[in-house]
Amino acid sequence: MKKKNDRERTYLWMTLPILALFFCFNTLPLIKGVIYSFTNFKGYGSYDWVGLRNYVDLFQDARVGKSYLFTIKLAIVSTIVVNVLSLLLALGLSSRIKFKSALRGLYFIPNILGALVVGYIFNYFFTYILPAMTKTTSMLASTRWAWVAIVAVCAWQSIAMNTIIYISGIQTVPEDVYEAGSIDGATGWFKFKNLTFPLIMPFFTINMVLCMKNFLMVFDQIMALTKGGPAQSTESISYLIYNNGMAGGQFGFQSANAVVFFVLIVMLSVAQMKFSSSKEEQL
Amino acid sequence: MKKTKTAERVSWPVTILLILGLITVVFPLYMALVIAFKQPSEMTNSIAGILSLPKAWSFANFSEAMRVTDFWRSLFNSFLITAVNLAVSILLHSTIGYAVGRNKMKSKFYNFVYLYIVSGMFVPFAILMMPLVKQTAQMGIANMAGVICCYAVFYMPMNMLLYSGYLVNIPVALEEAARVDGATTWRTYWSIIFPIMKPMHATVAVLTALGTWNDVMTPLVIMSGSGMNTLPLAQMTFQTQFGTNYNLAFASYLLALLPILIFYLVCQKQILNGVVNGAVK
Repeated sequence: MKKKNDRERTYLWMTLPILALFFCFNTLPLIKGVIYSFTNFKGYGSYDWVGLRNYVDLFQDARVGKSYLFTIKLAIVSTIVVNVLSLLLALGLSSRIKFKSALRGLYFIPNILGALVVGYIFNYFFTYILPAMTKTTSMLASTRWAWVAIVAVCAWQSIAMNTIIYISGIQTVPEDVYEAGSIDGATGWFKFKNLTFPLIMPFFTINMVLCMKNFLMVFDQIMALTKGGPAQSTESISYLIYNNGMAGGQFGFQSANAVVFFVLIVMLSVAQMKFSSSKEEQL
Repeated sequence: MKKTKTAERVSWPVTILLILGLITVVFPLYMALVIAFKQPSEMTNSIAGILSLPKAWSFANFSEAMRVTDFWRSLFNSFLITAVNLAVSILLHSTIGYAVGRNKMKSKFYNFVYLYIVSGMFVPFAILMMPLVKQTAQMGIANMAGVICCYAVFYMPMNMLLYSGYLVNIPVALEEAARVDGATTWRTYWSIIFPIMKPMHATVAVLTALGTWNDVMTPLVIMSGSGMNTLPLAQMTFQTQFGTNYNLAFASYLLALLPILIFYLVCQKQILNGVVNGAVK
């Protein structure tokens, strides 16, 4: 009996200090963030309680509304673009090709590079090279097209990651499924739609969730490409919270924004998992 | 017989398409490379002038960029943060993964701890950012130590999930045998379980290292007052100060990308495995 208690105590000692660390740097700041959201704190000096004032203002603030619309638009478009392209790429890289492992290795390179530096390199491309090629002005300076440039850069990096996940998904489909399918005359698009895709559905789910969450939190690319401009047309939620909360004296107000953003992320993650897991096929 | 023949046939159209597609991957890097080696006088306004090969392959831009961004110092800082965070993550996250993974089935408390930590995955950095800046400043760790503390916590949900998931494959009988031999729980963990989890350590190391090395936001907000830079942060200060000298800037960007590229070339297989394991689990 004593031995069992010793064991329990050891397990507890393994857990509690790490749990305390987690609380200290995750839950505690989360609680503080929620508390700040009910104040008019500027980031320095004294502050007062303002109740739900920040939240009321938040829903009437044009700049905040615009950043939500922009971020959600960016996330949806990027997720679609990335998943379509990386699924195609994964199918290509899984077919009978030459230099298979070299090609897979090379296509993964964008993912390991830092998003900020990649953003700076593309910034130059969009500012100088592309306008010279197409004889137009820079996309980044246009309120209509700047977001497309951001989608392109986000996609350039994320496709690599999603492709690798799709490839590992395609590998899990056993060869005899295809053999059975070919007896029934399944080829091309029909084969993909009815055999491959349903069987890699779990991987599709993973990729959708990964993409959506990463793109909703987009920051580095905005920082490197547009800094939220032109005319605040490309301000992502994270960028707005960083910019106005840290330096703009809106600590309390942007905390409220962050709380709403947090709720959005949680709802989306839960909904996406529920929706996708109900559609998965088991072999 | 006929079947094996079709299985070996190489699909050349797909191969060629894929090789052509590589242009999208290589082009930005090629552009960075040629610009980094050129002098401002070689940069004409035409695309050909920008994208042609440089007249001389001189490393002058690189040594100048190194001097301006204090390259070795930022490289060292990035390296230090990543290395310490790796060590901390592997030690702490595997320990809590073990304690929670072995007990969550039979104990309500450990099941709660499990769900509590995993739910940390849904917390975006944006909401923690401002309170963390205040908190680290109050605690006197608005520097690299604070950044490492944050990382140790941010990667905990994912890594604990990976470790406790991997633990399912390790038979409990192993630990029971060690216990019969008189080993304490700590000893059992250290000398038996920790070494067995080696494949998971590799996955965790790859995921954590890639994330830490390339992260901008955490060091940007937490150690901005400390006068220290990480490699990506150095590019940011460089951009705002010397943004117009593109040749120098690109030399600096390439230097910032080089360490991770070398790491990728050396450990490509482990990295690809790690990334897939991490995402699929």
